[in-house]
Amino acid sequence: MKLTHIDTHAVFRFILFCLVIILPMQSTAAPIATVGQIKIQREDAALLLNELITAKSTVDKINLINLIANSNLPQRVAVLEALQSGDLYYTKKAKQLVYAHSHADGYSAVAVIGNEDLGVVGSRAVRKISINNELRTVLRGVLAEISLRSENTAERLQAAKNLVRSPAAEFLPAIERALVMESDAKVIEALKLAAAMVNLNSDEQVLRLEAIESFRGSLDSDAMSLLAAMQLTDSDGNYLEPDDLVRESAAAVLKQMRSEAKIYKLIENTFFGLSLGSVLLLTAVGLAITFGVMGVINMAHGEMMMLGAYTTYVIQLLMPNYIDYSIIVAIPAAFMVSGLVGIVIERGIIRHLYGRPLETLLATFGVSLILQQAVRSIFSPLNKSVTAPSWLSGSLEINGALSLTYNRLYIIAFSLIVLLLLVFLLKKTFVGLQMRAVTQNRAMANSMGIRTGWVDALTFGLGSGIAGIAGVALSQLTNVGPNLGQSYIIDSFMVVVFGGVGNLFGTFFAAMSLGVANKFLEPFAGAVLAKIFVLVFIILFIQWRPRGLFALKGRSVED
Amino acid sequence: MSAVVKSPGFHSSELQSMLYLNGVTKSFDGFKAINNLSLDIAPGELRAIIGPNGAGKSTMMDIITGKTRPDSGEVRFRDNIDLTQYDEADIANLGIGRKFQKPTVIETLTVWENVELALAGNRSVIRALWHKLSSEQGDRINEVIKLVGLKAKTSELAGSLSHGQKQWLEIGMLIVQGPELLLVDEPAAGMTDQETMETAALLKEINREHTVVVVEHDMDFIKALDSKVTVLHEGSVLAEGRLEVVSANPRVIEVYLGR
Amino acid sequence: MLNTKIFERSAIGRLLLADKAGSYLLMVLFAAMVLVPLCNLLMPEGSFLHIPTYIVVLLGKYLCYALLALALDLIWGYCGILSLGHGAFFALGGYVMGMHLMRQIGERGVYGNADLPDFMVFLNWTELPWYWYGFDSFFFSMFMVALVPAALAFVFGWLAFRSRVTGVYLSIITQAMTYALLLAFFRNDMGFGGNNGLTDFKDILGFNLQSDVTRCVLFALSALSVMLAYILCRAIVSSKYGRVLVAIRDAESRTRFMGYRVEHFKLFVFVVSAILAGIAGALYVPQVGIINPGEFGPINSIEIVIWVAIGGRGTLFGAVIGAVAVNYAKTYFTGAFPEVWLFMLGALFVISTLYLPKGIVGVVKQLQDRRAERNAPTSQGAQS
Repeated sequence: MKLTHIDTHAVFRFILFCLVIILPMQSTAAPIATVGQIKIQREDAALLLNELITAKSTVDKINLINLIANSNLPQRVAVLEALQSGDLYYTKKAKQLVYAHSHADGYSAVAVIGNEDLGVVGSRAVRKISINNELRTVLRGVLAEISLRSENTAERLQAAKNLVRSPAAEFLPAIERALVMESDAKVIEALKLAAAMVNLNSDEQVLRLEAIESFRGSLDSDAMSLLAAMQLTDSDGNYLEPDDLVRESAAAVLKQMRSEAKIYKLIENTFFGLSLGSVLLLTAVGLAITFGVMGVINMAHGEMMMLGAYTTYVIQLLMPNYIDYSIIVAIPAAFMVSGLVGIVIERGIIRHLYGRPLETLLATFGVSLILQQAVRSIFSPLNKSVTAPSWLSGSLEINGALSLTYNRLYIIAFSLIVLLLLVFLLKKTFVGLQMRAVTQNRAMANSMGIRTGWVDALTFGLGSGIAGIAGVALSQLTNVGPNLGQSYIIDSFMVVVFGGVGNLFGTFFAAMSLGVANKFLEPFAGAVLAKIFVLVFIILFIQWRPRGLFALKGRSVED
Repeated sequence: MSAVVKSPGFHSSELQSMLYLNGVTKSFDGFKAINNLSLDIAPGELRAIIGPNGAGKSTMMDIITGKTRPDSGEVRFRDNIDLTQYDEADIANLGIGRKFQKPTVIETLTVWENVELALAGNRSVIRALWHKLSSEQGDRINEVIKLVGLKAKTSELAGSLSHGQKQWLEIGMLIVQGPELLLVDEPAAGMTDQETMETAALLKEINREHTVVVVEHDMDFIKALDSKVTVLHEGSVLAEGRLEVVSANPRVIEVYLGR
Repeated sequence: MLNTKIFERSAIGRLLLADKAGSYLLMVLFAAMVLVPLCNLLMPEGSFLHIPTYIVVLLGKYLCYALLALALDLIWGYCGILSLGHGAFFALGGYVMGMHLMRQIGERGVYGNADLPDFMVFLNWTELPWYWYGFDSFFFSMFMVALVPAALAFVFGWLAFRSRVTGVYLSIITQAMTYALLLAFFRNDMGFGGNNGLTDFKDILGFNLQSDVTRCVLFALSALSVMLAYILCRAIVSSKYGRVLVAIRDAESRTRFMGYRVEHFKLFVFVVSAILAGIAGALYVPQVGIINPGEFGPINSIEIVIWVAIGGRGTLFGAVIGAVAVNYAKTYFTGAFPEVWLFMLGALFVISTLYLPKGIVGVVKQLQDRRAERNAPTSQGAQS
């Protein structure tokens, strides 16, 4: 009979007590790993959580925290985090556990169980679950361990990296247990690094030396700054690190790490430079056709890129559910749009101005103004945002010092593909043969039955179309607006002139070297000054080689 | 500013050769336009240079007038002036005039103004700004315009002249420049038969006071010049001598007629 | 009688008698120089003849542009050097004038610092940079208005012409030049006010820049400068030097083989043109009250070319007409139909290059010739 009166609450507390005493306790931050997850029913969950309200002593609370952490409760992380940040309260009347945030009229409270929004309650209606520093330490370890056990490898990696960034002794047991179970190489590496970071501050020399040694080969910047800090002296000239052996081995490892990091920094800068160079290549390669091959100064080249970028925007509007694929559709579409506009410009204007390059320059500049205003009138003068497809985001991590972002990798690959296709088209196809024939000897080509006018239009269309493709790439990098083209036109001309007119390899080489030079100058001079240096360099360079780096040296060019 | 060398005149006995090329070579992207070319033009000589297309005639002219630098070889003017050290303006001022294959006159200036610009004298910016024509200079200009038969066209724009008239105007501009050596590139190209003969006569007239080198295709024209002939082929000299001798040379016949 | 004879014999007189259109232009400019300030200062505000101050300023601005166009026509029209960076010389002249005006502000700036311009105080600078020394002096500043653009033109031109950079290559690197300067002047640590440029000017030689009299004097000075520059340019192109320029424009190689040092001839005219552009900028700044890096914009420089092309290249008076006409159209359309202006400007570029290669002046001349043709047969018919 009596049993029927035993309240479930008391029974539960008993079970809890039994569990707690059988938990192997290595430190106050009680480990939670050795016991498998405890399956807890819904009503039990309420009981377990409500224990937080009644538990008074620190030990009780620590045990409770461990139980919650080991449970399969869906809200365990939220509760523990709220507890840590001091946002966990209970209502005095109903003894209900709530998340509460201070509010002008008291607290806005949400029930922990059931997530019921209780609205704003008076500040006297709730009481905080008290917490002290010891508990905070426990909570940090417990929370870290929960994330270290996540099913998701990326989350585990992130958790391990967080530990590297804020090493503390209380995490060590959790790290060691995680190392036992972990299978992913990257996570293991991060965990080892985290353990070493902790051991660096250990009391035992052996552990410290081991930790220092284990930094060898890693390129973690936090580890490097810790090692560097060991080499500092105080105002009296005494080393902050008293242990000579530790300090010296730290210095040796640091030296190696720094020289390795320098190499990776170099690689990274080169990579940045090459990706900038690829953008330049994309913007210039169309111009290399119209200016380099045909000799037409097309000041509307930038606007051809702008049209390509707006085409990307429109395609995205047309297929809102397939953003990831819209860019792939946009590439041929932009080629067609810009190419057709280019053909219209060639047939309508440029055709009448062959042999008068300065007039061509002015007329095409007029076209560029008209296209800009047209876009402004149709799409508004404001910038449009083009969403990057998800497969462009993220990065390829090589190691702690070097990670290559996918969008840069893709743009390098993309520009090379465009260049190679173009070379193939010009060198290996019949159309390309005709184009080269017309540009080299118009009269001869004409007499051989090539329709030179048609080939001119096609060549110009090709150059413009490639500018359109460049616009697709630019839409991923900068704002899509009416002025998009203007900001690239001078750069593109510089690349073509620097590389040598009429030489695609020269254009490639010029774009890449200018890109890399720009990126290597930036750390010393800043982005703007680096650009000024590059411009001045090209102005001076043209004095030295007026026909560019890889100019054709034949007699015909002289005249 | 400009290297003006006043010459004692080519009749002076100590002058050996007016133009001397020795072992000159120039290649463009691996193609040897001029290959070990040697040439010696005596003072007062009239020399015709013939050769098929691509024989290197224009490149040779470019090298002599400073437009192109040779890869190797000697180019000397008046025995001891090394022409490879100077640029076009210097060489013009040294006393070498060049007439282009395509007539190049300043089309937007009058015939008179064209000749005025070519008239020998100081070429500096300052002088040009404060330039005032003396009456002797004016007479000289009129004289030369008369010599090339353009008196009636004196104040017309050079652009309005016929092709042949432009050629003559350019020759007139060369004469008034007062060069010791005149390089004339295909003067008869595009001319009527009568104009061709008149041009040949004009060049012979000019030869009384100037050394003249003529590059030409037209055999009738060469015959009319009645001078020593040099045949160029693939950048070097194939044969040299009187036209009758040269045209009997089997190698010359092969080059001109063989293929 | 005597006076006219002296006029006919004087160098300028002979110059102008041979240049009828130029004489008309000078007369119009002279009339404007006298009448516009009079109509502004003496006529009562309600009067039909009164010219409001904002129009005076606007006209003054047009005249500065006209001077700039004249500078470009001298090198483009007569020597074939298409500079797409002439805005840079204009802006440099403007900046020099702006520096002088900044020094004149003295303690009246927002921060009340007598030694440093406001923007330097704002950037926590403690000392005036060395290159700001001397700009307190009006005469030194006026000297620099000519010297700074001239020095840049000399160095740039010497490099470019010596290595025979011509045609579109030259145009492209002049664009690069002005673009590099644009980027440089945007930087705060250059010491020229960065993004905001130089502004908040108070007075010039002690005269309040906001007063009508000062504005009228500046307008008259602008008109006078255009007149003097026109006469100078006409004298240059009418001399033998001018004919050498034309020879270089039409047949550069031929000119070289005639023995002229083409690079020296180009360099001289390029420097003269840069100085004129600098003076235009220096006159422009006190009238509009601000100079900022935007003036270095590559587009600005290209716009100058269209003024000259529209007016008629290689005529000098065409450049003046073109600058005033295009800028008047710009003022009108950007006010009345802002959407349309860029379409208009773009179309102007296309139409003028395709159909009006000789600009407004060419069209007028064609009409005159046609009328003369029409008249000629009738008068002949009357005689026979």
